[in-house]
Amino acid sequence: MDIAPIFASLHKHRTPVALIVLEIALACAVFCNAVFIIGQRVAELGMSNAIAESHLVVISVNGSNPDTARADIPRNLAALRGIPGVTGAAVMTSIPFGQSAGVDGVSTGPDSQVHPGASRYMLGEGGPRVLGLRLLKGRFFGPGEYADSTLRGGMMPNGHVVIITQSLAQRLWPSGHALGQQLWVGSEKHYAVIGVTADVARPGSSSIGRGSAHYAVFFPLAPDPAFTQYVVRSAPQNRQRVLHAAEAKLHTLAPNMVIKGQTFAQIRDQAFTATRSMAWVLVLVCLVMLTVTAFGIVGLSSFWVRQRRRQIGIRRAIGATRANILRYFQTENFLIVSLGIALGMVLSWGVNLYLMKHYELPRLPWHYLPVGALTLWLIGQLAALGPALHASRVPPVVATRSV
Amino acid sequence: MFFYYLQLAVRSFRRNRVLTVLMVLTLGLGIGASITTLTVLKLLSGDPLPTRSARLFTPVINPWAADSEGAVEQMPRWWGDMMSYTDAMSLLHARKAKRQAVTTLTKARIAPTKPGTYPFFGGGVLTTPDFFAMFDVPFAYGGGWSAQDGENRARVVVISSALNNRLFAGRDSVGKMLRVNDHEYRIIGVLKPWAPQPRFYALNFGDTYGDGDAVYLPLQSARANHMLPTNYSCWGPANTAHMETSPCAWVNLWVEFEHAADARAYKQFLKHYVQQQMALGRLHQPRVWLYSLTGFLDREQVVPSDLRLQTNLAFGFLLICIVNTVGLLLAKCLWRSREIGVRRAMGAMRRMIFAQYMVESAIVGITGGVLGLVFAELGLLAIRHQPASYAHLAHLDPSMFAATFAVALVASLIAGLLPAWRACVVVPAPQLKSI
Repeated sequence: MDIAPIFASLHKHRTPVALIVLEIALACAVFCNAVFIIGQRVAELGMSNAIAESHLVVISVNGSNPDTARADIPRNLAALRGIPGVTGAAVMTSIPFGQSAGVDGVSTGPDSQVHPGASRYMLGEGGPRVLGLRLLKGRFFGPGEYADSTLRGGMMPNGHVVIITQSLAQRLWPSGHALGQQLWVGSEKHYAVIGVTADVARPGSSSIGRGSAHYAVFFPLAPDPAFTQYVVRSAPQNRQRVLHAAEAKLHTLAPNMVIKGQTFAQIRDQAFTATRSMAWVLVLVCLVMLTVTAFGIVGLSSFWVRQRRRQIGIRRAIGATRANILRYFQTENFLIVSLGIALGMVLSWGVNLYLMKHYELPRLPWHYLPVGALTLWLIGQLAALGPALHASRVPPVVATRSV
Repeated sequence: MFFYYLQLAVRSFRRNRVLTVLMVLTLGLGIGASITTLTVLKLLSGDPLPTRSARLFTPVINPWAADSEGAVEQMPRWWGDMMSYTDAMSLLHARKAKRQAVTTLTKARIAPTKPGTYPFFGGGVLTTPDFFAMFDVPFAYGGGWSAQDGENRARVVVISSALNNRLFAGRDSVGKMLRVNDHEYRIIGVLKPWAPQPRFYALNFGDTYGDGDAVYLPLQSARANHMLPTNYSCWGPANTAHMETSPCAWVNLWVEFEHAADARAYKQFLKHYVQQQMALGRLHQPRVWLYSLTGFLDREQVVPSDLRLQTNLAFGFLLICIVNTVGLLLAKCLWRSREIGVRRAMGAMRRMIFAQYMVESAIVGITGGVLGLVFAELGLLAIRHQPASYAHLAHLDPSMFAATFAVALVASLIAGLLPAWRACVVVPAPQLKSI
């Protein structure tokens, strides 16, 4: 099909064409970047966390009496293990995705230049098994290592061993020989790495999406008032029942404490609230924006069709088929949208540069551009279809009227 | 004349119903989206104490041996812009400002007064006497405590209006006892509802927005009962039982000046203090910062970056909507070239045609604004159902209501300029020929 007449006609209506091109370009720029951000957020939702998530219930018990905690904790754990359906219970100082907790600057030695921040988990005896930590190298803590490790009001346990996540091991010892090395915390304390686990998430949600999202260390600890999280394991179908029974049991054992239970699934869900709501907002904006763009195209195309009724009639009268007319308007729309997309690619790149500078976003991968282009071509063709069909139904007799 | 234009506009809208509906809907969506995000942005980045903020400042010093950037990856100023107890108390006792207060936050476990109910957590502000006068905190009953009460570790407490409603049904509870973390405190004051947004006095200690804290306790008294701050940053072996002497930062210092200009002298004093402490070997880095209240909010980035991103996005969207409206208005006006030709031939002047089209655009704008208001209310309704700590505060206020119409009118007039100009340059003769 000859596109020269289309160019001639577009040239004649420069202003409306320029407006549509600008609108498509803006939509393309916003769309490509928004889809990119949505993709990132969706990937974050599936963030790995190598513990038995679907088997766990967590009950936080706050305000324990420091003087009796050492006796209370074993008593509470024994009571929890007695609930029917419970296959294990242990105490921890904090929970993956749970309330924010201690972060330490760790390194391979006092002179090291690498100081990643790592979240500190302290576990009571049985903790690794209840959580379902997956050991990749080395071993878990022995009973003596729990008993020897105490805080006495300090921040760091006075034991000598630590288990670290794979990501952190990779960051500190890129050659892969983490086992047996000394992990330094600050410039005074150091611990022997006895195990490396599959990646476990950090507490809170602030590290989600960052390279450091799995930097965590595990210490053994004897019963201590710092233990505020009771982790209870059961089959997934028993979780709700176990949760209520465990809460009730702890309320009777510790009437002066603030007790709150949640399944681990709920804790994970809450940590990703912001991520999820941002993704939904972006999806909504994309949909509405594409609709608005389509409205614009429909509006202008129908205007063009009406304006050119007579020309269409003449073309029909001298032999053009309905299909020819339809194709003419579809081709015209394709050309306009293509122009918009070309400009939109440049704009997308500019918007991405701005976002990279202000919002810690990575560079837009090139394959988002053809996705944006295809979407807009499709929207353009669909939007123009109505007016184009309308045009194709203009009868040839129009040519003879009012000349 | 204006009414004539109005009449013409209404007639034109009737003739092109679909196009008109599309224009209004588009503009409404764009305005709705931008007003929704702007309202939330304004809420989050607002000034918590408009009458006082210009004279309120918070000093920050680096308690670490290392410089502020290099210590831990991705975490510059890892001490969280908090101060050690020693430094904060020295600066407090120096009394170099009109008023000064040390603040920190704890999770206070409050015992129930009714049988059969469980204890619960409330925000516990640990502070010094000037806090109430300095931040203009309104009392319903009673008052604050004296410096002497703090030194004596007096077990006194000021409670919030919400807590007073919950425990004492809103009656004057001054003199009654309250059990906090298993210790008895005597209530000496009850506040009127007070919840500055954002909660500037405890920025690194928990939620930035919310309903306000439950109890206010003398810092030394609360520490004597082992209440722990919700955040602390340590640079050496520390012990939670001795936070005052541990190498940890866990409080903020706030100062109020008579005039904002006094800040310069205070910064000199601060530098001098740090140099003195460096000579004693207690501090190692000379750099000091003195932030105004709003400067501190910026520094701590209280507005979530996702929200700023959404606001940018909403304005990008509004821009698309305006371009769209320009296109549709232009199409409509070109469609009516013949009508313009007739009006021009009958003696209408160019500026009259221009005015007529601007009136038409303004009507589209105002209708779009009304629709935008509906969309904004819907958007805010959706935000109130989010679990964020600021969610329930998201309401359209009068200034935003006015802003909606300003934005709508300006947007539509900008959108109308090009079509109106195109309309008034229409040459009448060719248009008339084709009739």
